[in-house]
Amino acid sequence: MKVRIDADLCQGQGRCFSIAPNIFGFDDLGNGVVLGDGDLADETIESARLAQSNCPEHAIFIEE
Amino acid sequence: MADKESVLDFATDWDHTDPKWVNNPYPIWEDLRERCPVAHTERYGGGWFPTTHEVVSAIANDTEHFTSRQVVVSKNKYPEFAPPAPIGGAPPITSDPPFHQIARRLLLPAFAPGPINALEPQIRALCRQHLDGLKGREFIDAGIEYAQFIPPGVISHMLGFPPEDGDQFREFVHVVLDLIDLEPEVRAPLFEPMAEYFTVQIEDHIQNPRDDLTSYLLNVEVNGQKLAPEHVRGSMVLILVAGIDTTWSAIGSSLWHLATHPGDLARLVNEPDLMALAVEEFLRFYAPVTMARMVKEDMEYAGCPMKKDDWILLGFPAANRDPAAFEDADKFIIDRAVNRHAAFGLGIHRCAGSNLARLELRIALEEFIKRYPKFQIDDSSDVTWAQGQVRGPRHIPMMVA
Repeated sequence: MKVRIDADLCQGQGRCFSIAPNIFGFDDLGNGVVLGDGDLADETIESARLAQSNCPEHAIFIEE
Repeated sequence: MADKESVLDFATDWDHTDPKWVNNPYPIWEDLRERCPVAHTERYGGGWFPTTHEVVSAIANDTEHFTSRQVVVSKNKYPEFAPPAPIGGAPPITSDPPFHQIARRLLLPAFAPGPINALEPQIRALCRQHLDGLKGREFIDAGIEYAQFIPPGVISHMLGFPPEDGDQFREFVHVVLDLIDLEPEVRAPLFEPMAEYFTVQIEDHIQNPRDDLTSYLLNVEVNGQKLAPEHVRGSMVLILVAGIDTTWSAIGSSLWHLATHPGDLARLVNEPDLMALAVEEFLRFYAPVTMARMVKEDMEYAGCPMKKDDWILLGFPAANRDPAAFEDADKFIIDRAVNRHAAFGLGIHRCAGSNLARLELRIALEEFIKRYPKFQIDDSSDVTWAQGQVRGPRHIPMMVA
């Protein structure tokens, strides 16, 4: 599983890096970024999904 | 004001300064959502009020049909009272694309998590200082004696204004955001003290540049050019006005909730790790801010015959209670895990100060409940709510011992 943030949709609401700081960080504008290559270890999938379900802009995508 | 006709049907004649709306808007919105999801009014020169998450989100994301030229509904309507695009009166909130992005990018780094989180010790000290001043008291007003002091203390520091000027800031904000139903000719002169205050501060910062947002805006360059003076002034006004009674209202509503829901207070005191979820639920359930747009051209939208320059009052707080978007939308659930709320707006105008607002709210609550693990509303005195586009309790009489 891989996670990515659509930079055109992200508005810097800041939910992802608060909920899952091990998966998401932020750039100097405060927009969300995926840390590393976005590959999700089994134990991180749940928190990635939680971040996804809290993103007000629907900017987080988790794909096979 | 006093001689205003009271509203009989909010579907055809809404007014967000009507006492029924000011005191408790939620039943009104619930009713509208069911029978007239985009309400209309002829007041303020004509406008619409969407109550569903779907329509609020669609309009917030549609800069093609809606402009942000004026974001506060009032009788001072465009075009006479709003400076022309692209800058607008308070960039970037009053700006449309493509200028909007330029103005916004100038501000975002200062409000990104890094620099904002560094303010934590200072905000904590500010909260403690005000709580120390209440020592020994059995009854306090958590609005007037606590909540209202926190945001001005932080914002004055960021802009480099004298910290003791908080009373003036609250008066400026009152004129901009609360006194919206005054006649234009009565209201216009009330803006003058704010304009004069900013002139003095800008002059002082030109003479004595320092490490703050005012000096930054005066000196920052875009494509090798400094910002136009009205851009600098407009962004300063935005930071001051948007940064004060919004967060003050969020702190106040949260304290009011805890003072009226002892079970939630006990959980938060006993389970401090709940704070992050609780803050998001406070923001969803008591979202303080409603923002406006204007219709660009005559059109049919969401089944409504919209006219050029009609107001759109974007009900983010109403969207946050839409059962189509949230499970048990009308219930406050302190540990709600899935909470895609729109308290900071949606789309390109997402509140630039959201990281700061969250930090202030969290610290103000942490410090308050640390000092007062038990408190309750004092029923012998009235709780009062602000009127206009920012909703929050002003007087919060409490028994804290």
